[in-house]
Order: sequence, then structure tokens, then C-alpha cells
Amino acid sequence: MSAILEVRELRKSFGGIVAVDGVSFSVEAGEILGIIGPNGSGKSTLFNCILGQLAPSGGDVRLDGRPVTGMRPCDLNRLGVSRTFQLLQIFPQLTVRENLVLAGQEHQGTMLGRLAGPRDAGLSAAADRMIGFFRLDHLAEEHAGDLSYGQQKLLDVAMAFMAGPRLALLDEPAGGVNLTMLASLRERLRAINAEQRSTFVVIEHNMEFVMALCTRILVLAEGRVIAEGDPAAVRRDPKVIEAYLGHS
Amino acid sequence: MKNRRLAAGIVLAAAGAFLLVAPFGLKPYGIFILTMWAVMTIAAIGLNLTLGYAGQISLAQAAFVGIGAYITAYLTTKGWPFWPTYIFGGASCFAIGWLLGYPALRVQHHYLAFVTLAFNTLVYLIFRNEEWLTGGIYGISNVPRPSVLGLSMNSPLAFYYFCLAHLALVSAATWWLIRSPWGRAFVALRENPIRALSLGVDTRRYTLVAFALGAGLGGVSGALYAPLVQFIDPTPFALALSLNLLLMVVLGGSGYFFGPFLGAIVAVLLPEWLRFTQGFYLMGYALLVMILMAFSPTGLLGVADRLTRPSRRRAGAAAGPVEAAAGSEGAR
Repeated sequence: MSAILEVRELRKSFGGIVAVDGVSFSVEAGEILGIIGPNGSGKSTLFNCILGQLAPSGGDVRLDGRPVTGMRPCDLNRLGVSRTFQLLQIFPQLTVRENLVLAGQEHQGTMLGRLAGPRDAGLSAAADRMIGFFRLDHLAEEHAGDLSYGQQKLLDVAMAFMAGPRLALLDEPAGGVNLTMLASLRERLRAINAEQRSTFVVIEHNMEFVMALCTRILVLAEGRVIAEGDPAAVRRDPKVIEAYLGHS
Repeated sequence: MKNRRLAAGIVLAAAGAFLLVAPFGLKPYGIFILTMWAVMTIAAIGLNLTLGYAGQISLAQAAFVGIGAYITAYLTTKGWPFWPTYIFGGASCFAIGWLLGYPALRVQHHYLAFVTLAFNTLVYLIFRNEEWLTGGIYGISNVPRPSVLGLSMNSPLAFYYFCLAHLALVSAATWWLIRSPWGRAFVALRENPIRALSLGVDTRRYTLVAFALGAGLGGVSGALYAPLVQFIDPTPFALALSLNLLLMVVLGGSGYFFGPFLGAIVAVLLPEWLRFTQGFYLMGYALLVMILMAFSPTGLLGVADRLTRPSRRRAGAAAGPVEAAAGSEGAR
């Protein structure tokens, strides 16, 4: 296996506060890597630095060995990297199908070509497949703003996979999702990983979800990597227990 | 959904038929006001693209109307035929609008409003002070009206239909644009630029295009305004017109296709209809606008949308006031 994503000595500071402090890791193709850590440990900042939402203060990000540090999120997305955010990010005034078409349309030809092309950018069938895959069939023509929170969360995740990304960074996909929906979400993510050979990096607070989904886990505390390994090893690691529970 | 579309089709057909027969029986001044409505609607459609769909506030639309008007007035009075000046006016505004879009890449909301406001003031001062080019406060008079296939557009009725045809063309082009992937990208840019960016939408380029297209339509409107009034001076292109155009968009329904049409009726025609109240008409007009904005910040079409989409209203209310406002704004 080869590393699809390599992060080397990534740093991000806000004034005197160091949010990400020399984080290094790599993700192999087809892997599901979980990133956990207490609140404020720098997980989302790390994502934002990798994905170009924030300019890192130092370090290097490589995609398939190619340096992409500081690349704009839209350009990274066109290279096959997609993401979800910690807070729900959908377009409430568009229908479920339009949200999905939007999520894929910028990968279809040139900007001028899209203007002259079909309204759905030729993506209706792909959007319908994704709608079916995430079991949102009965909601395809509903405005996304009218959906329940759990359904919106599924749509949010579905949008990240609409363009068939090679690498998806999911920031708390299970946040605020009820138990039934959570099982469905985990099952869908596993299916995408198996069928499309997509690679995931998942930030999550829900330990049960992340331990069941991920093959390897990276633990952050105060902006640094304090542990790394398979879920069972991480669960037993005293540094991880200390980071979450403090000294006894 | 089908009923809504059928009702919208019937209303549209009736409105189109009304616009075709409306000038009959009107005096030249009435036809002039109706033509002014068509011209200002084009400028408001442009602003609706920039503000309503792409979410970029602009207080510079009057400047673009002015630039289009001055280019057409200056060149046609120097003997140029109308059509090249019309195209030149629209294209110049498109290019200047593109450049004005660059500040929008750095600042947003009221800061952007001030940038565009300053641009409007700058252009107004050029119109007023650069007498060698614009005629200064004396303006440019005897702006000729165009001919189409040898037919003179000199009469008020002929020029009304000329402008109405332009409005129909601009409307059709805009309808096509907002229903294309670009329209969807504009809505994404307005609703959630960070998420749009993460989905591959080049928000920088779409912001510039939104500004340029809106400005270009302002230029087209100006190119029709000059031969309509046949005399231009700087006064109509001051900030008041930008605010009036903004009022048209917001009052009709920002982000609704037909918002500018309705807004222009209220802003251009209503003051004329309220003239029977003599000195009170402006006060009555202001009061009406205040009441409407207080009870329906999403404009006249927002009211219609809320009344015909109860499920969206409930969902919006559950989502909280900010999402509720956005949810009832509809980009249809």
C-alpha cells in the first residue's frame, strides 16, 4: 500500500496559542483513520490546515507525494479530496437532489462548458444513485432545510462522496445523530470504503462509532500526537486515558 | 408543485398580455413611466443576480446604469449607430464590474457595501466634474433614439416595445442562467461559501462573474435609459438610484426571479399612482415600504412563498430565526 496523504510536522499557531504542534502522520490508500482527542486538542484545526481552509504556520502536506500545502480547498477538491465539517453544512434552499448535483457539478468540464451544458450537469442519475445509497429516496425533491437533523447529516456526508473522492476527511460525522441513524451511517461509510476503495480520515468524539469504524486511530492532545495504533491498543494506552480523564 | 407551476404560468401569461396592451389608452407620460419601469427592471435584474442570487451586496448599480447611459449618449451624439454603443456600454460595465468584484474577495457585508458606495460616488463625481467628457452638470442632450431594421423608435409607443423586447430577452437569458449550474453555484456562494469552496466551487471566480454580470445588465439598462430620456446629467446616477434599485430587489424579493419586476412596480409606478395624495404621496410610499419590510423582510414574493409553502415555513421556524429567514427566501 502507498500513502495517499502525508502530513509532516504541521504547525498552526494563533498568536501565542499553538493549536497544532508538529503533527505528522500518513494515511494509506483504502484506510479508515480515526483522529480523536479531547475538546480543543486541535483536531478540526488540523483538518482545516490540511484542506487549505487555514494557512499552516509550518510543515508540509502531500497528496500522492505531491505537495499541496496551502492549496485552495476548491483545487484540492478537484484533486479528489472532499470533506465534511464539524457543524452541518448543507444548502437548505436547494432540494436534496440539487445539493448532490452541486456537490459534483464542478468536476464536470469547464466553467463555460457547464453554462452551456445541461441544467443537472449530467449528474441526475449519479445523484439518484447516491440518494438511494443513503436511503433518502423519499426526500429527493424536498428542500434540504425541511429535513430532520439526522437526514441532513446523511445528506451532508452523501455530498462529500458525490464526486467520488479518493480521500474524504469527515469531521464528526456522528455528531448529533441518533442511534438508529448512526448505525445506518456507519454501515454506509463501510460500504463506500469497500466498494469505492475510498480512503477516510474521521474526527469523532463518539468512541463506539470510531472504534468500530476505523482501522487505525491517532490521538491528539494539546496539538500533539500522543498515541497511534489500532483501536484496541489506543483504548488501553495510559496516555490516552490520562488525556481524557486526567491524573487519578 | 404542478398547481404552483400552472398558477405561475397563468399569472405570467396574463402579465405578458397586460404589458403588450398596457400602453394603449395611456398618454405619452404614462408610456414613458411604463418604459422607465422596463428599463429599471433590467438594472434591478442585474442587481438581483449579484445580491439576490450570489449574495454580494452592491450599492454601485446606479454607477453602472450611468456608465452605460453616458457611453451611449456620448457616442450616439457623435454620430455612432446605437447598436455598437449599446454593446460597448454593456461590455464596459461587465469589465468594470469584474474589477469591482475584487474587493468582494476580501471584504463582505457592510464593508463591501461601503466599497461599492464609494465607487458609486467616485463615478458620480467623474460624471459631474469631467466636463470635457461628460458635459458636467450640463449633461448631454439630444440623445437620439435607435432604429431597428429601418423602423424608427422615436415615438413613445415604439420605444416602449423596444425596451419591453429587451426586458424579455434579458429575462429569458437570466432565467436560463439561474437554472444552469452557474445559478446553483451562485446560490451556494450566497448560502455557504465555505462549504461551496470545499465542494470545488471556485467562489473567487463566481463572485467576480456575479459582479460582472450584474454590472453588465446595469450598463444595458443605462444604454436604454439615455435614448429614453434623451438628455442625461449626473443627478439620476447618484447614490439615491442605487438605493432605489436595492429597494426594488429587496421589496420584490431578493433571490426570486420575479422579485425585481414587482419591486420596480412598487418603486417606479407606485409613486406615480400615489400622486393624487399630492404632498403626502412620498410619506405614504415610505410608510408602505416600512410596513412591508417589517412584516415581510423577504419581500412581496417572500409573502407569496410563505403562504403557498406551509411545510417550509414550519421547518424554517423550527430551524431558528436566521435559517427561517433564509429558508423562506427561495431562489426559484
